[in-house]
Amino acid sequence: MFKIVSNPIDPAAWQQTLTNVEAGACVTFAGWVRQHNQGLVVLSLEYEAYAVLAVAEGKKILAEAHERFAVVGIAAVHRTGHLQLGELAVWVGVTANHRDAAFGASRFVIDEMKARLPIWKKEYYTGGATAWINCATRGEHGGLGALPSS
Amino acid sequence: MLSVSVYYFAILREQRGLGQETLSTTAMTPAALYEELRLLHGFTLPSERVRAAINDTFVLSTTSLREGDRIVFIPPVAGG
Repeated sequence: MFKIVSNPIDPAAWQQTLTNVEAGACVTFAGWVRQHNQGLVVLSLEYEAYAVLAVAEGKKILAEAHERFAVVGIAAVHRTGHLQLGELAVWVGVTANHRDAAFGASRFVIDEMKARLPIWKKEYYTGGATAWINCATRGEHGGLGALPSS
Repeated sequence: MLSVSVYYFAILREQRGLGQETLSTTAMTPAALYEELRLLHGFTLPSERVRAAINDTFVLSTTSLREGDRIVFIPPVAGG
């Protein structure tokens, strides 16, 4: 299951969807909103998604993970909207018979989500400045330079 | 001239000042259309950093545009 949601993510409820007595391992990844990026103090984040294509691409990533790893189940969710520090922005859960596949598939899914989903992140800094991450061009956006994603 | 719908997200939505518009263009590809719109609206991202989707599917920037296409220009992504 893959979703883009605008409400807070409940990781316990998402993990519940993976419950399966065939699985001996469950690896979960939680991406939180953190307070700093490249030396700047971050106050909050805004995520915007091209939801139709993000869901289609997300489902494709999960299907690829099923092909590459011996997993039992995979669920992933990304939140959109204005998030405060400490909030859950993204969650991935993978179950498998054994831990190697669960670790590998969870790493694959979060890496591919970050690289491929049409989702954008705007950081709000102290002093009122903002920046769309990865979208800076040289000499613009207040000299923030090209900021990497978290 | 083709009539197409263009959708903007994130930095492009802010720089354009709206999320969607229908326009007529002589551009034959997403790359040509982006260049036309970049010059018109002063988008800061160069075309090589922007991908395109047509009718909710990723496409090559050299894909041929068709009448009525829904085109989304995709700035560098930053999920997670």
